[in-house]
Amino acid sequence: MGTGPEGMRLRLRVRGQVQGVGFRPFVHGLAARLGLTGWVLNDADGVLLEAQGPGLDALPELLTNGAPPLARIDAVEVTALEPVAEEGGFAIRASDASGRAATMIGPDATVCPDCLAELFDHGDRRHLYPFLNCTHCGPRFTITRRLPYDRPQTSMAAFPMCGACAREYHDPADRRFHAQPTACPDCGPRLSHPIPDVLAAIRAGRIVAVKGLGGFHLACDAFSAGAVDRLRRVKQRNGKPFALMVANAASARRFVELGEAERLTLEDRARPILLLRRHPAGEGANGAEADRLAPGIAPDLGWLGIMLPYTPIHHLLFHEAAGRPAGTGWLEQPQDLALVMTSANPGGEPLAIDDAEAERRLAGIADLIVGHDREILVRADDSVLRLVAGAPAFLRRGRGHVPVPIRLPRAVPPLLAVGGHLKTTVCVTRGAEAFLSQHIGDLDNPATVGFLEETVEHLLRVLEVEPAAVAHDLHPDFQSTRYAAGLGRPLVPVQHHHAHVAAVLAEHGVEGDAVGLALDGFGLGADGGSWGGELLLAEAGGGFQRLGHLATLAQPGGDVAARQPWRMAAAALVALGRGGEVVPRFAAFGPAEGVRRMVERGIGAPPTSSCGRLFDAACGLLGVRPVAGFEGEAPMVLESLVRSPAVMDGGWSVREEGGARVLDPLPLLGRLADMEAQAGADLFHGTLAAALVDWAMPVLEGRGLGSVALSGGCLMNAVLAEGLAAGFAARGVRALLPRLAPANDGGLALGQAWVAATLPGA
Amino acid sequence: MVHGSGGKAMAQLVAELFAAAFANPLLDQRNDQAAFDVPAGRMVVTTDGFVVSPLFFPGGDIGSLAVHGTVNDVAMAGAVPLHLTAGFILEEGFPLAELARVVTSMAEAAREAGVAIVTGDTKVVERGKGDGVFITTTGIGMVPPGVAPSGDRARPGDAILVSGTMGDHGVAIMSTRENLGFETGVLSDSAALHGLVAAMVAAVPDVHALRDPTRGGLATTLNEISHQSGVGMALREADIPVRGEVAAACELLGLDPLYVANEGKLIAICAAEDADALLTAMRAHPRGQDAAVIGRVVEDRHRFVQMETRFGGTRIVDWLSGEQLPRIC
Ligand SMILES: [Fe+3]
Ligand SMILES: [Mg+2]
Ligand SMILES: [Zn+2]
Ligand SMILES: [Zn+2]
Repeated sequence: MGTGPEGMRLRLRVRGQVQGVGFRPFVHGLAARLGLTGWVLNDADGVLLEAQGPGLDALPELLTNGAPPLARIDAVEVTALEPVAEEGGFAIRASDASGRAATMIGPDATVCPDCLAELFDHGDRRHLYPFLNCTHCGPRFTITRRLPYDRPQTSMAAFPMCGACAREYHDPADRRFHAQPTACPDCGPRLSHPIPDVLAAIRAGRIVAVKGLGGFHLACDAFSAGAVDRLRRVKQRNGKPFALMVANAASARRFVELGEAERLTLEDRARPILLLRRHPAGEGANGAEADRLAPGIAPDLGWLGIMLPYTPIHHLLFHEAAGRPAGTGWLEQPQDLALVMTSANPGGEPLAIDDAEAERRLAGIADLIVGHDREILVRADDSVLRLVAGAPAFLRRGRGHVPVPIRLPRAVPPLLAVGGHLKTTVCVTRGAEAFLSQHIGDLDNPATVGFLEETVEHLLRVLEVEPAAVAHDLHPDFQSTRYAAGLGRPLVPVQHHHAHVAAVLAEHGVEGDAVGLALDGFGLGADGGSWGGELLLAEAGGGFQRLGHLATLAQPGGDVAARQPWRMAAAALVALGRGGEVVPRFAAFGPAEGVRRMVERGIGAPPTSSCGRLFDAACGLLGVRPVAGFEGEAPMVLESLVRSPAVMDGGWSVREEGGARVLDPLPLLGRLADMEAQAGADLFHGTLAAALVDWAMPVLEGRGLGSVALSGGCLMNAVLAEGLAAGFAARGVRALLPRLAPANDGGLALGQAWVAATLPGA
Repeated sequence: MVHGSGGKAMAQLVAELFAAAFANPLLDQRNDQAAFDVPAGRMVVTTDGFVVSPLFFPGGDIGSLAVHGTVNDVAMAGAVPLHLTAGFILEEGFPLAELARVVTSMAEAAREAGVAIVTGDTKVVERGKGDGVFITTTGIGMVPPGVAPSGDRARPGDAILVSGTMGDHGVAIMSTRENLGFETGVLSDSAALHGLVAAMVAAVPDVHALRDPTRGGLATTLNEISHQSGVGMALREADIPVRGEVAAACELLGLDPLYVANEGKLIAICAAEDADALLTAMRAHPRGQDAAVIGRVVEDRHRFVQMETRFGGTRIVDWLSGEQLPRIC
């Protein structure tokens, strides 16, 4: 802009998450500071504003850098206009609701500092009110039925605002200006039980169901072994770790190691569950604190899943436990209360969200059900993250992160992808944005299939998208595949591991041929076989080639071997010519003789190139969880044992077989068969990472590629992921890790969508 | 056994073997067809091909199976079987002694069922083009008035019953075939069920559906009925009878017994208020001693067969497009 602000007027188009986050009052305030006249409004594309006046030069910069906490600016487009004569001031104009929605509902966010200050201020009219919120915080996605994001479209429609709330709502200078869910004790929702009663029940060792943002939690005292064991029993949850809620980072430090990167993620507005390394037992004061926790929370795991309070209800519980201190100073100090908080989803079905539903489904589980009359309209489980190679990675993507879109490298046709079978999510594309749904769950029960359908319908409705095609897994017996087939739209079948690799390519914006490693449990191969340790070429045109795979092991009994690692160990022993050891080692765990014969004769023991089953074989050989309570338990315990990964010379070989590079780690398995668990865990992780790098490097070099995509459920293992990233980096190759979508099947839908988008004619 | 014209003598031998074993007035006329009078009413006809390996298994063989399978398909219409026909495809070189065993067993099964094999045919194919012996049987029967079970008549609220333990036949076959160290002593349940059905329709003429869960087992058959009737089904795992040995063999192989074949069991669906009477009639019959109510028909636009598991969860007992593929990633 060569000319000065005199005689100049700018039109600014702001795109991104700019509605329902206090953006217009923010612009209004900026205009006052800069002495500008003009107007601002919300429309289908985001925020549109025009301004003129003395401080105009500073406007674009301040708009971007000073935006409100929940705003996400994707683009600001500036147009110069002729100034308008005799403009009176700066106005907030009515929303223009015409045209298709290009905006989106924001994600749910934790209580902001201003609201916390009010919550604990005796003089404030919202003192101790469990439903306070403002444009900088509170529920969004989980209370909104459809766009535009206005109060009548949310579950706050049932609560007409009182005069005081209405005044704030209409005051551009107030942080509750157009805060759709705003409420106060006079006009808003009410909690079913007084906070002191809820805390008393928890302290008495009871299991309490508490309504959160995306569904009910089951909560109990984390120091009560009896309560935790009972929770495990009534929830029918075998060994799966429970998450903890503690008041703040200072409280978390009593149990886990918390570096700066970890603290930032833990305190993020999305308030995820973060896996953190637990203080080793018996080591100093910290170890002793961790040892106070009920042993049943995360048996034999080296991590605890920790989250911080994110609704006013949670904060009020900790406040009550702290003795109702005045002010907010206590929020920074360590607090003793620690709660086990687990999704209230009995029997692996979707979360309970409705108060009546909670009464019905949680009756035999919870001693007390704490609900309220603000309806949850959209289910969302807590997000779960861990730090991998120094940055957060999703184990489960849910509350606080949906529906934030993942940016694609370019605009693509409108597509729906329906994911896999376990830990399913779905994905809808709109332009250059991919909307990956919240975690839906395992599609082996009717309620979760219903949740899948609900989720698709909700996403398509709020995005106003008509999908041109539906991408799905190759597996004919996944419910997601059947659901896709019933939609009556063009279908795009996508091979499982191709989708895993493509998910990583999509979020990293990689176009063109790329090579990826899919290190996974199981996916149906293009040849009808059982795949899971794959070196793939993802082609620019949407096709793929299987460049290599792990040497196959027999999988005796199919899926049952994923819960009984000893079976994979038996397969490894037979492959090593040590079948005679199967019965003496494993007779205590199951029908060892029968399994040995199945492997030897190839009956009911299909070959698999799965990396997940390779982990299981290692676990079985090392005696780590020969029988697991849930899939993935044994490898999680194995990873917990790692102290310092080591590489076994000659631990693997690479050979050509039918035009594919086959990586065979059998010598490593032979060594593990004679090792104790801890040293074995070090040797397995270190050698596997080195072997995978050694296997992939010639392919990358041959194609002149400087990066490799890493994907699949095994990448949730941080030791493996970090070993691979470091190993490739040492050879000059950048490892692309899954960051925005889970590495496991929770990210599959993103990859399916991206494959469908890259096919010719898409 | 020899194929072609050179084997005329042998063909003669085979024909005589059949004639002697299956002897009955209609067959003894030695016509190319059987002609007989039928009572007025509703007639059913069904046909089935039998290929099984091994040919002889604990509790039966391909011969008895070929009789039971077709008699049962007739019976599942609520009908009383009248006659059977049989077609044999023999592989050149198939030992005559084994054929004699098959034929004798078949004749015995027919006699026991009170059904005559009234006409038949034999062909011999070249070595390598068959698997010993294939048998096709066709059966006809008459349905008593007022009885009309059909796969499209399951209604929400109906009770679902089975006549006994699930998966015995499939496990008996696998234990012989694979010799995996689970020689369980489980016998095939291969048996004719028309006697049981007669007792059932006498007690509850308006039984809504009857079907024998053969290939694909209980799960597949219930899914077929769900789709035909446009309903869902809710089962209780704890109520489904499965022998301990069968469960153990399935656990070893990673199979679900609900998908394993039966050859002497039936599924019955009836109005809830008829369930007690039907169950009583079934349990009073030797082929229905272990009968049980295993669930109920429900309204469900997905037409899911779902099951409350022993752990209190619910899972979909789906139809499968092929063999049981892994699904756990
Ligand atoms: Fe996968
Ligand atoms: Mg038939
Ligand atoms: Zn706030
Ligand atoms: Zn109010």
